[in-house]
Amino acid sequence: MTSGGEALIRALADEKIDIMFGYPGGAALHIYDAIYQQDRVQHILVRHEQAAVHAADGYARSTGKPGVALVTSGPGATNAITGIATAYTDSIPMVVISGQVASHLIGTDAFQETDMIGISRPIVKHSFLVQKAEEIPEVVKKAFHIATTGRPGPVVIDVPKDMTDPNNKFEYKFPSDVYLRSYPILGESDDAGVKEAVKLIKSAKKPIIYAGGGVIQSDASNELVQLSKMVGCPVTNTLMGLGAFPATDDQFIGMLGMHGTYEANMVMSEADLIFNVGARFDDRITNNPKKFGTTAKKIHIDSDPSSIDKIINVDVALHGDAKIVLSQICEEFKKGSYDKTNLDPWWKQVNVWRDKHGLNHDMLNLPNESDIILPQQVIQSLYKTTKGDAYITSDVGQHQMFAAQYYKFDQPRKWINSGGLGTMGFGLPSAMGVKFAFPDETVACVTGEGSIQMCIQELSTCGQYGLPIKIINLNNRALGMVKQWQDMQYSGRYSSILYEDSLPDFVKLAESYGHVGIKVEKFSDLNDAMEECFALKDKLVFLDVLIDPDEHVYPMLEAGGSMSEMRISKKDKTF
Amino acid sequence: MISHIAILMENQPGALSRVVGLFSQRGYNIDSLSVAPTQEPTLSRLTMTTSEEPEIINQILRQLFKLIDVVMVQNLTSVESYSIELAIIKLALPSEEVQKIIEKEDKISGKIINEVDGFTMFEAKGDSHAIDNLLSSLKDQEFLEVTRSGQLGMTTGMTSLRTNDQTKISYE
Repeated sequence: MTSGGEALIRALADEKIDIMFGYPGGAALHIYDAIYQQDRVQHILVRHEQAAVHAADGYARSTGKPGVALVTSGPGATNAITGIATAYTDSIPMVVISGQVASHLIGTDAFQETDMIGISRPIVKHSFLVQKAEEIPEVVKKAFHIATTGRPGPVVIDVPKDMTDPNNKFEYKFPSDVYLRSYPILGESDDAGVKEAVKLIKSAKKPIIYAGGGVIQSDASNELVQLSKMVGCPVTNTLMGLGAFPATDDQFIGMLGMHGTYEANMVMSEADLIFNVGARFDDRITNNPKKFGTTAKKIHIDSDPSSIDKIINVDVALHGDAKIVLSQICEEFKKGSYDKTNLDPWWKQVNVWRDKHGLNHDMLNLPNESDIILPQQVIQSLYKTTKGDAYITSDVGQHQMFAAQYYKFDQPRKWINSGGLGTMGFGLPSAMGVKFAFPDETVACVTGEGSIQMCIQELSTCGQYGLPIKIINLNNRALGMVKQWQDMQYSGRYSSILYEDSLPDFVKLAESYGHVGIKVEKFSDLNDAMEECFALKDKLVFLDVLIDPDEHVYPMLEAGGSMSEMRISKKDKTF
Repeated sequence: MISHIAILMENQPGALSRVVGLFSQRGYNIDSLSVAPTQEPTLSRLTMTTSEEPEIINQILRQLFKLIDVVMVQNLTSVESYSIELAIIKLALPSEEVQKIIEKEDKISGKIINEVDGFTMFEAKGDSHAIDNLLSSLKDQEFLEVTRSGQLGMTTGMTSLRTNDQTKISYE
């Protein structure tokens, strides 16, 4: 016989969950007591509920397995909201368990009561309010089924305190399977669509494959590479899709969109076929949807039918799982003839664009008399030192874009960032989640002095659990991305972005948590400091790099324009 | 253009708020809404009307179907269907006068319910447009109280919004 609290933890273990991130409180006390009395599920105590959810998120993104967070009612639940919204926007499989006041107190404005189901409703894939203790195993089974299948997403289980009462015991039964009549899961696409797609691909003269986070979610990278090799066309990845196609492959033309490469955005503008695999025509990609891909036929694979024809109408819609549908397309593609060399003129044009304004990945060798460090150089130094093989988490802002542009991700699940919601504070806690999943791998968090302070308290968690994460702080003494916009659109009126005099000494701060801090101010010291940072294998190192405060991220799409309307530098633009 | 959408959903607490929440969250308008349990007690049936553009309607249907509690969705406007609305109206008139009003309206079917203290209550059935017209013809009447059911709708013939499917939890 088990209590509801015991059943909850046992059900997690039966669901093959071995780690969860959380923070205790009154309504969750019975659950925490159940955690104490077992050893199948490890609980990681964070310092703020937002970090618990981001850590679970980083764990999920890097492993492909669902992340789990546990919080108490009221402020515990509301603190989790930013993390849940972050996971929802990027379709991350996750289950968040929130304590709730006892059933008879719901609706009475009880201490630490908040309507978690109501507050979280628009940012969850689904949610459950437990109404009978006996149904806890079934609810857990359903929650993980929903969170991990189809288009993944976070599921909330709100658990009133009386449901976990240790005095109410019942017989524990964990379901082996669940079928929800209201929840069909798409797998294969229809054959007619696949045939039509292959016809379009084979007849295209200027095709582009545009791959997003959906490829990573469905572990479809191999299938994507296989198809790309057969077609021989340029491939671009979205911010969420980086690593889905190897960045060092000759067919890769970089990220596309707002801060995408010149060549990727030009290819998107001039293509006669845009083949979208697991991306959603986000506004940071399309720029003005009315001017998007006007000369191109469009094919779209998505596991969520509501993503298709939402922003951009397509010629062939393939509803289904990217891995399965790509395999279908590969099989169909092998039938009949195809001559890759027909794309030679297209490649000639692509290479002209590449040569004209492509990113310079060799900035460490630029002459540098001033000894000022450019942010791009920090990422290139990081790439060199880690041999392109680290897990990189990121916060949000200029540093995120520089990391996305200059760290060449060759594998999926190695680039962990809040792409959709753009949540500052995501980097450090998500790195903790990755490090718990892969203790022997190198994990670095690329951040800025703005973002890192949004979840800086987690340095304490890293100390408690001995997590040797490398924090690469691109310190420009300002909220850089906002500053860039204020430079460009508000005549340099720096409204509420400066705080240089009140910044902490990050070296001392790191040291006070028991970590190592290294400050780098000169370019000539950068590579050595980076080497030292990663050589200290068992230590969390906070590498505080003072960078050029005036650097902007380019290319940058011009608001309201097409994808070919870009600023290339402070002086040059294409329009 | 007004579209009628029929939804079959799990009869669960919170299911209706997910449907209604979807509309406000995505910026769609609901003109009317009617919901009640079906003969299968685990399911509720909902009919709603909205005046969004046809391309938005397709997106609404997909978004509705994506909700985990929604079992089936049907656009009644795009198929052969019948729809009707019921209104209960109270006027400060004797029942004889109300009877005359009812007899003048040929697009609705009306019936007096009662007359109490000089107030007459009556019901009017018809399509929503006919009820709109009736109400605008009554706008100068004293003490006009109205409650409307919202439109109810159903497809004609074989096609139907029903399922024998059941959610299954299995134990080894």
